[in-house]
Amino acid sequence: MSLTLTLASRNLFHDRLRFVATLIGIVFSVVLVMIQMGLFLGFGRMVTTMIDHAPADLWILPKGAKCFEDPSLIDVKVRDRVASLEGINSAVPLVIGFSDWRMERGEVTPVFIVGADQRDSGLQPWNIVEGNAQTLQQGGNVAVDRSYFERLGVSGVGSTAEVRGRKVRVTAVTDGIRSFATTPYVFVDMKNARNYTGTPRDRASSILVQLKSDADPEKALSAVRAEVGDAEVLTADEFRKRSRSFWLFGTGAGAALFAGALLGVIVGTVIVAQTLYSSTKDHLTEFATLRAMGSSNAYIYSVIIYQALLNAVIGFCIAAGIGSIVVQMTAKSALPIVITPWLMAALFVLTVVMCVASGIGAIIRVVRIDPATVFMR
Amino acid sequence: MSNYVIEAKSVEKTLGRGAGEVRALRGVDLSLRRGELTLLMGPSGSGKTTLLLVLGCMLTPTSGSVTVCGTSTSNADREKLAKIRREHVGFVFQSYHLFPTMTAAQNVQLALDIRHERGARAAKKSRAALEMVGLEQKADVLPGGLSGGEQQRVAIARALVANPSVVLADEPTSALDGKNGQSIMRILADTAHEHDRAVLVVTHDPRVVPFGDRIVEIEDGLIVEDRWGKTDRPRMPRTAPFGA
Repeated sequence: MSLTLTLASRNLFHDRLRFVATLIGIVFSVVLVMIQMGLFLGFGRMVTTMIDHAPADLWILPKGAKCFEDPSLIDVKVRDRVASLEGINSAVPLVIGFSDWRMERGEVTPVFIVGADQRDSGLQPWNIVEGNAQTLQQGGNVAVDRSYFERLGVSGVGSTAEVRGRKVRVTAVTDGIRSFATTPYVFVDMKNARNYTGTPRDRASSILVQLKSDADPEKALSAVRAEVGDAEVLTADEFRKRSRSFWLFGTGAGAALFAGALLGVIVGTVIVAQTLYSSTKDHLTEFATLRAMGSSNAYIYSVIIYQALLNAVIGFCIAAGIGSIVVQMTAKSALPIVITPWLMAALFVLTVVMCVASGIGAIIRVVRIDPATVFMR
Repeated sequence: MSNYVIEAKSVEKTLGRGAGEVRALRGVDLSLRRGELTLLMGPSGSGKTTLLLVLGCMLTPTSGSVTVCGTSTSNADREKLAKIRREHVGFVFQSYHLFPTMTAAQNVQLALDIRHERGARAAKKSRAALEMVGLEQKADVLPGGLSGGEQQRVAIARALVANPSVVLADEPTSALDGKNGQSIMRILADTAHEHDRAVLVVTHDPRVVPFGDRIVEIEDGLIVEDRWGKTDRPRMPRTAPFGA
């Protein structure tokens, strides 16, 4: 094994204060980028959580609907036309919308109603930890997430409240169905959803279409599109992408998160560049000695690159540890930070690139070394 | 094959520009051969370090030619000069220039590492080089734990380990006391005589004169004297047979 790694590590660890300062810079930078990107991923997942859990291959939506929460409505008669098409297994309307939740103690808070016919294969609450989703078929029964108990003034199954002046009773409790907008989701039956949101009987927010297992998706999509008139038909994936695009980029939220991540990269690069440069400057005589001994430029660059890589690996490991703690701490929060293996791998590559790029200044300095200087010292 | 490992002919070197221009070398002819320890002496500013740098391929001559083991340094770029140094030249510096965070053995091994000689074989060669300068017991000691004389011996081991044809030493005894200085010169003389290398020592330390097979004096960028020393070595013609 080459001594370049040994030399790099000794150069790095020789000045411990500078090494610690470098690590702090890298860790700060990587954790900042990790959190920003983790928030981005978490946000991206949250805005599509309903789409992800809806049993739909196709979504029939009001034309131009930007996201699941879009308040526009379509004609519900479309359902009957679509349901009779070849390759279609089911077409189920969905009614959504904001409403008011009045607690027993009199306080009012906004809620987001999600209503589907519980007898059909519509959008049902998932992760039920208490009660039963079948009970929602009965009038006035609702399902709420336990993370919103305090917001809704309830304590579990059996608690009561009023939605739009109508008495409701919690009969099912879910875990982890959180809204990125912090407005609690309330799952109800279709009929109740119309009452709570003021949606006319002939209108629906969307229609969830399930294809038969042997259906040709392209053909079915074309057939459905031909039947829906003014409405729009998207595959689940298309709808997911459109929702993410709207919330992340249409609102500027994604740009803000990316700007934060970029700031982290810049801060990290500057700190590592500065410390690598000053470390190189401190070891110029050694590099000049190597050059005088006849080492190639590549050999000297490899020492600097190894220093950068050591910084990157050690800094990243610490940052990854902090990142995993942050992930655990935010797992139950309104906006959990999501760190996937891919994000981790991308961050590692980014850290390496950042650190190696930071070595460019040091390399430029080393290129100018005159080996003859070792005879003058 | 020529017995001369370095041949300098009509070498001129001008340093600086404009008003600060200095003609450091004004037409130097000097050849170094294997098995001979040459002392290059002269007052400060006489051009001896510049000549060492030119002979050691750190600088290229403004005019004239330098050939190291048959390779001309004329028109060579920095990487080419480094390659010539790597393949043929070992240096011993006045201030040792050891790497303070690496052990004596690692310092020596670096000279092999830059030549892509690695692994157990390189480690063994490094230990052998340290043994040659009598420091095998200090192989794992950092330079900070060595005396000045020991550090210079490590530097010599580093210069020799890659088996260069020529060893150039810049004031190797100036920072040492008499006893250590003698010890260092004995090692350099052995390097020339027993290991058949050309050794050039730049010095103005009169105590080293007895070790020189040949003494070259330089003044104002010109060689003013080139004579045999008082050693018992067999003597050969002093100048390279250019064109012969």
